[in-house]
Amino acid sequence: MTKQINTTTWQQRIRSYSRHPGSLILFLLVCLAALITAAALLFVVGYILVKGIPHLTPSLFEWKYTTENVSLMPALINTLFMTVLALLFAVPVGIGAAIYLTEYAGRGNKLVNLVRITAETLSGIPSIVYGLFGSLFFVKALHMGLSLLSGALTLAIMILPLIMRTTEEALLAVPDSYREGSFGLGAGRLRTVARVVLPSAIPGILSGVILGIGRIVGESAALIFTAGTVAEVANSLFDSTRTLAVHMYSISGEGLYLDETYATAVVLLVVVIAINALSSVVAKKLSKN
Amino acid sequence: MHTCKERAMHIVFALTACVSIAAVVLICVFLFANGVPAIAEIGVFRFLLGTEWRPENNIFGILPMIVGSLYVTAGALLIGVPVGILTAVFMARFCPPKLHKILTPAINLMAGIPSVVYGFFGLVVLVPFVREYIGGRGMSVLTASVLLGLMILPTIINVSESAIRAVPSSYYEGALALGATHERSVFCTVVPAAKSGIFAGIVLGVGRAIGETMAVMMVAGNQPLIPDSLTDGVRTLTTNIVMEMGYSTDLHREALIGTAVVLFVFVLLINVSFSLLKRKGAKA
Repeated sequence: MTKQINTTTWQQRIRSYSRHPGSLILFLLVCLAALITAAALLFVVGYILVKGIPHLTPSLFEWKYTTENVSLMPALINTLFMTVLALLFAVPVGIGAAIYLTEYAGRGNKLVNLVRITAETLSGIPSIVYGLFGSLFFVKALHMGLSLLSGALTLAIMILPLIMRTTEEALLAVPDSYREGSFGLGAGRLRTVARVVLPSAIPGILSGVILGIGRIVGESAALIFTAGTVAEVANSLFDSTRTLAVHMYSISGEGLYLDETYATAVVLLVVVIAINALSSVVAKKLSKN
Repeated sequence: MHTCKERAMHIVFALTACVSIAAVVLICVFLFANGVPAIAEIGVFRFLLGTEWRPENNIFGILPMIVGSLYVTAGALLIGVPVGILTAVFMARFCPPKLHKILTPAINLMAGIPSVVYGFFGLVVLVPFVREYIGGRGMSVLTASVLLGLMILPTIINVSESAIRAVPSSYYEGALALGATHERSVFCTVVPAAKSGIFAGIVLGVGRAIGETMAVMMVAGNQPLIPDSLTDGVRTLTTNIVMEMGYSTDLHREALIGTAVVLFVFVLLINVSFSLLKRKGAKA
């Protein structure tokens, strides 16, 4: 035990509070607020888990959806398809854009400002507006119909600013000496980026991608009018599908499947908790390096 | 060969950077091209200030939805802002490091919970509670505000906490050395210095609240009327779109896109004020 300096004992603290009742009130208020936040989260998660876990029956995971079993399996598989597809569009574009912003564009480049402003705008647009845009552009104008592809493209635009921002932060965190070393050895800009800068930025990029996955999994408003609500596993890119969040919304709206909705919420929560845990593991790795 | 590849990749990267510009342009063009003619056809003032929304009679007034969105957002702020800022202060200046290690992922989880799950929670817990103990049908301004207040908490906490942490510790130490208590030092020197960052968090929270769709739809009742009391049902701009888009046609459909245009303009205003505040915070 190291000897601590500048610490106060409980008696001293109580005496100080009795002289400054205002401080005591502030202290209590701050603690109360933190308590409310923690309690609210515990209540939401706990309530869903307690009510939902008993209803996690095997029939809920059957391969085919029927109105009898209200299976969430097709929706779960579609969520996976949707995630992979949306990432396939968003990740290369997001990383490329971030590379351009940090490695290629010179200072005072007008394009950079414009890209930053538009990315900020994109990150503030509500998901229902994305959904509406997707249904006007991908579904109608490009004739993709209500499909996996329309949904994935809409989501890709939605998570693009997130991927761009996290990748940019990760690239900026790479020390300049790495780049200088690479240039000094005679490597070109492209080689430097691909072989030196990107590999050391991977954990940061990964945590951004994981955050993006979280948003895709939880999204519903943007998907109802772009991917539709058909409860079957998609056979092609142009099949209408529902993801898990949309599935949960649909069955909760019908009012007949309360138990199944609780169970679906549990699955959704577990997925989200797993994604969060994964991202903090990656972030921890990042801070260690 | 070598320079050729370099130049090609330079162009590829520049093109990917332009995707976000293209996306914003496309979103603006498609929304405005589909929504603005409808607004013009209905009449700007009759659209924005009309208090009746009766698509079957071709009467499209979205004032109830605008007011609804504002009410619900204001209610969410009343709940989310005090709790959020105080929690942020707790996390930045009061909380022992061990607790902080638990709280941070908890707040992140709170931000990650899908809005349908929040909405469902509101439907099965908050709605019956309000119906039993406060009155009305349960689906109301009050219910939606409480739920949204909960949902914007993590946004406000995260942004405010980093703003508070960014204040140089000399501010706090100086106050302490002058004999102020820990609380007084924090609330009278650190928090005022983090003011613009905290405001930025609030503005971001406003953006979340005004754009939230599914959770609000599940608990707000969705009557297109201006609510008279806290326990009346309410419809917001977002829910107006999502409720009727599925079956609407012609002018009705375009009026819904017009609703999205109004929402989009609101969000743009919020975005601009957010980035102004952030810039101010970075300067200070």
